[in-house]
Amino acid sequence: MSLATHATTFRFRQPSALPGFGLTFGFAVTYLSLIVLIPLGVLVARASGLGLEGLWQTATSPRVLAALKLSFGVSFAAAAVNAVAGLVVAWVLTRYAFPGRRLLDAIVDLPFALPTAVAGIALTAIYAPNGWIGGLLAPLGVKVAYTPLGIFVALVFISLPFVVRTVQPVLADLDREIEEASATLGASRAQTVLRVILPSLLPAVLTGFALAFGRAVGEYGSVIFIAGNMPFVSEIAPLLIVIQLEEFNYAGATAIATIMLAIAFVSLLAINLIQAWSRRRFGHV
Amino acid sequence: MEIRAEAITKRFGEATVLADVDVHVHAGELVALLGPSGSGKTTLLRIFAGLEQPSAGRILLGGEDATQVPVQARGVGFMFQHYALFRHLTVAENIAYGLKVRPRASRPSNAAIRARVTELLDLVQLPGLERRYPAQLSGGQRQRVALARALAVDPKVLLLDEPFGALDAQVRRDLRRWLRDIHERTGHTTLFVTHDQDEALEIADRVAILDQGRLEQIGTPDEIYEHPATAFVAGFIGEATRLPVEARGGVVRLGPHALALNGTRLADGPASLFVRPRDLVLADDGKANALPANVVAVRRAGPARRAELHLGEGLPTVEMELPADAVIGKGDVVQVALTRLRVFGG
Repeated sequence: MSLATHATTFRFRQPSALPGFGLTFGFAVTYLSLIVLIPLGVLVARASGLGLEGLWQTATSPRVLAALKLSFGVSFAAAAVNAVAGLVVAWVLTRYAFPGRRLLDAIVDLPFALPTAVAGIALTAIYAPNGWIGGLLAPLGVKVAYTPLGIFVALVFISLPFVVRTVQPVLADLDREIEEASATLGASRAQTVLRVILPSLLPAVLTGFALAFGRAVGEYGSVIFIAGNMPFVSEIAPLLIVIQLEEFNYAGATAIATIMLAIAFVSLLAINLIQAWSRRRFGHV
Repeated sequence: MEIRAEAITKRFGEATVLADVDVHVHAGELVALLGPSGSGKTTLLRIFAGLEQPSAGRILLGGEDATQVPVQARGVGFMFQHYALFRHLTVAENIAYGLKVRPRASRPSNAAIRARVTELLDLVQLPGLERRYPAQLSGGQRQRVALARALAVDPKVLLLDEPFGALDAQVRRDLRRWLRDIHERTGHTTLFVTHDQDEALEIADRVAILDQGRLEQIGTPDEIYEHPATAFVAGFIGEATRLPVEARGGVVRLGPHALALNGTRLADGPASLFVRPRDLVLADDGKANALPANVVAVRRAGPARRAELHLGEGLPTVEMELPADAVIGKGDVVQVALTRLRVFGG
């Protein structure tokens, strides 16, 4: 029976009776290979020149370790803050009509559009001890510019739009009836928000968080101006890579890059798994 | 508990959605709000629930003015047209929601909540589905879960917005009976919105008919069906065809024919005659009020056969229900008589 032999060989699940699968699938694979996989492959290949042992030594050298901790830790904190703040901004922009709403909506995208170096310089000017905000904080003993706190501020700035822009459409689509249903069942407004609205937004917030986190980890331009770049204190991993490059230590640079890549990949994969889980729970629609 | 809307008016900006509407639902009664889309029936239901504020008028729940009582405190069970189930919660969690959000003092114990959920799932005939998510249920099942959720909080009143609107015909028919059953078993005062007259006439104790924000008539299904109070109701109920007529001196003129009004009072001038398929019978030649008609088509409509008749130049065709033994075909000319004249001025 020819059918039986078919079953044993690998086949794509028939996606639809309509044509287009072969063409789009081929394009997607080729495109992703050219743009993402091949460059990253070369990176890993260059780094593997060091051997596993060399890679491990580079990764565990105190300066690299400190930079990686700083990069991922501060990025995580910035993305977490934006997950909350971005949600509030998205809420205000979707739910309330007020004069200047469209303007505010446009302002959200500015961190996307602004060259990051410009953002870094502006933030440094404001948060330096003699700047507007830095000047107010200095008497309280809080230093922002040239400390990890400064890095945090810069990363919050550049990653804000990701959460807002992922949550906004979901919030706009959220059925008002489920809030009304919650109210008719006797739930207070706070209970409705906590028990009904937030859980429905969770997948979108997670996506926004993942995007913001990824963006923050890779950020270079704005951070180097405000960070002060002191080794072991305020030196981020991307800067360390640039320093290696300037010393013509390509193997070292690619080694740090590969480690960053691995950590970033694992974190994003973890977030994706959480999302897949929550999506399975909520079903599609 | 009896509920009452008194002189409810609702305006959205320029548009008046409800104009001076009075509806009274007695304790334990099942009342349908029937009307075409845009008649304001859903808005009235939402005003009862407290989801909208009326521009004028009062809502009385159990004889007390509840117009200013917020929706959370009204104690109504509201079922939405598209059910509005919480997608991220299981069936059991959906049903338990109204109990779990109560303040600690009045919240039942977890065991009591679980028992209530089981009891309600039995009532709506969905035992064993506690752990499913709404996305894993069929439309009819979701509707039952939505009803169980609304019943869980022991509402004083049940308000249902198009309870069968999103379901297919077969399921709708089954669920009608079922809803009537549940109503009889639980005894809740129930008001439901529908645009389907069969549904309203079949299960409601009384039907309120709304058109363009006005209450046209409220009464039992028999009253509504047999004695429509207004031209709108006469045209809306019972597949009636509206024929333009002219009233003059106790007689209405339908095209070339004259029909005696037989005591119905009607001011002279243009009027509307409403003809239902069952109002027409085959008649012998020369009988009073008999009209000649051309048979345009003969069709089967469910169990009955119907003839489409042409009564005269410029008149819309009317339908007549045929006796089982009638031998009539397309192209015949027959004599028909109207068993009753439903005429309204204007």
